[in-house]
Amino acid sequence: MMTIGKAKLGLYWACSCGGCDIATLNIHEKILEVDAAFEIVFWPVAMDAKVKDVEAMPDGSIDLMLFNGGIRTTENEEMAHLLRRKSKILVAFGSCASEGCIPGLANLSPVSSIFDVSYSATPTTENPQNIRPTITWQAPEGELHLPGLFPVLRTLDQVVPVDYYIPGCPPESEEIAAVIEQVTQVLDGKASLPPKGSTLGAGKSTVCDECKRTKNVKEIHQFVRIQSLERIDPELCLLEQGLPCNGPATRSGCGALCPQVSAQCIGCHGPAEGVIDYGARLMSAFASVIASNDPKEIGQILDGIPDPAGQFYRFNLAKSLLRSGRQAWEGLEEGK
Amino acid sequence: MSDPLDGKTFEPVIIGFTCNWCSYRAADMAGMARMKYPPNIRLVRVMCSGRLDPTFIFKAFASGADGVMVTGCHPGDCHYIEQNYKLMRRFILMQRTLEQMGIEPGRLKLTWASAAEGAKFSEEVTNMVEEVRRLGPLNWPSAETMDEWMAKEPSIETEERP
Repeated sequence: MMTIGKAKLGLYWACSCGGCDIATLNIHEKILEVDAAFEIVFWPVAMDAKVKDVEAMPDGSIDLMLFNGGIRTTENEEMAHLLRRKSKILVAFGSCASEGCIPGLANLSPVSSIFDVSYSATPTTENPQNIRPTITWQAPEGELHLPGLFPVLRTLDQVVPVDYYIPGCPPESEEIAAVIEQVTQVLDGKASLPPKGSTLGAGKSTVCDECKRTKNVKEIHQFVRIQSLERIDPELCLLEQGLPCNGPATRSGCGALCPQVSAQCIGCHGPAEGVIDYGARLMSAFASVIASNDPKEIGQILDGIPDPAGQFYRFNLAKSLLRSGRQAWEGLEEGK
Repeated sequence: MSDPLDGKTFEPVIIGFTCNWCSYRAADMAGMARMKYPPNIRLVRVMCSGRLDPTFIFKAFASGADGVMVTGCHPGDCHYIEQNYKLMRRFILMQRTLEQMGIEPGRLKLTWASAAEGAKFSEEVTNMVEEVRRLGPLNWPSAETMDEWMAKEPSIETEERP
């Protein structure tokens, strides 16, 4: 890839929390290398920019576009199409863009109930007039428009073609730095780009592979919440201690940070290489090591996981095979 | 959606997984003995019910199946000693997860059948087809269908401000 002058870099956030942008700044002095190698042309979090500036750029003029956040609103979708057109390499950056992440869990509820929670139901909400957002509003100065909400959240690659993925909620700063390093080498002609669709920066194996805890043949007699354990063995596998640790299906590369400090893996690093449905893989792993052959007892042991969808699809629902709960789309086929 | 009880026209699609050593032989026996069961089930043979990755089941529902039947050797009879217990445990977990996603427990069924139980197999299939017929079509949207809905449905919740 040859570029005259500095290569152009863009960063954008769609339906996300902003943590991915913070993680990018967390690469510390490496940011100087970013500045040396790239001209940052669009980064709403860190610098002033207008969408019309991006619209004015020639198509394909942004060399590297790091896009974080899922597609929940019409604005998200518009920006995804615009930035795809303007970018040579579009990267789904972080868990939201790659697999939906926490905002994707809202795919278990219809929009009406999301609005009920946000604008009425929570105890801290005071909204006596029951004011709800509208997409158009007639103000004295003219008609105002707000983006509309889609019935479900989609991942970036469910809306536009994506070249690469960087997993993590947020991606580890070392991983971001490694990707920056890799891309600068490509720009210098010292390396070539990996095949399209690859996951950059992270490992291919599982968190268990990186976790230093002792692992034995697993026999689970109960699943417990971490608060209810009096003492956590600092050496023994957390799953063996009854903590629902998502390590067996989660991609390596984070350094097994959470299990190292006795907190179970929650799966923020996405599915390991080759896993089609993260939750299904994890269900398989958890269920097969339950130490009972009696359906009733198995049921009781599994009562220790009161919210299976949340446990197995916490970060992955929008990218799973089913993509959403039936509640989110029921009625749409009738053209409601 | 049509009235789920008006089952006269709705023919459910059921994907059935059978294990090589018992339940497939049961299906085979049902066939050889000319026992009748509805043609709504499409059988997929795997070596063992423990081989059944939950991904298969989720994929079946996502690809348009109205129901999935998983079968294996009776507990204690597994050709690979104890793998059918793994299916038993996964089944309970899958059923709970699917229910949260709006897929009724009746759409996923577990049946044990030995190689001699052709009659039981055909009966279980018949029962399941009737049960899913009652539940109605699942019609899980494909990626393309979902995209169409999204294009049609740029925004909902346009309630007026008071």
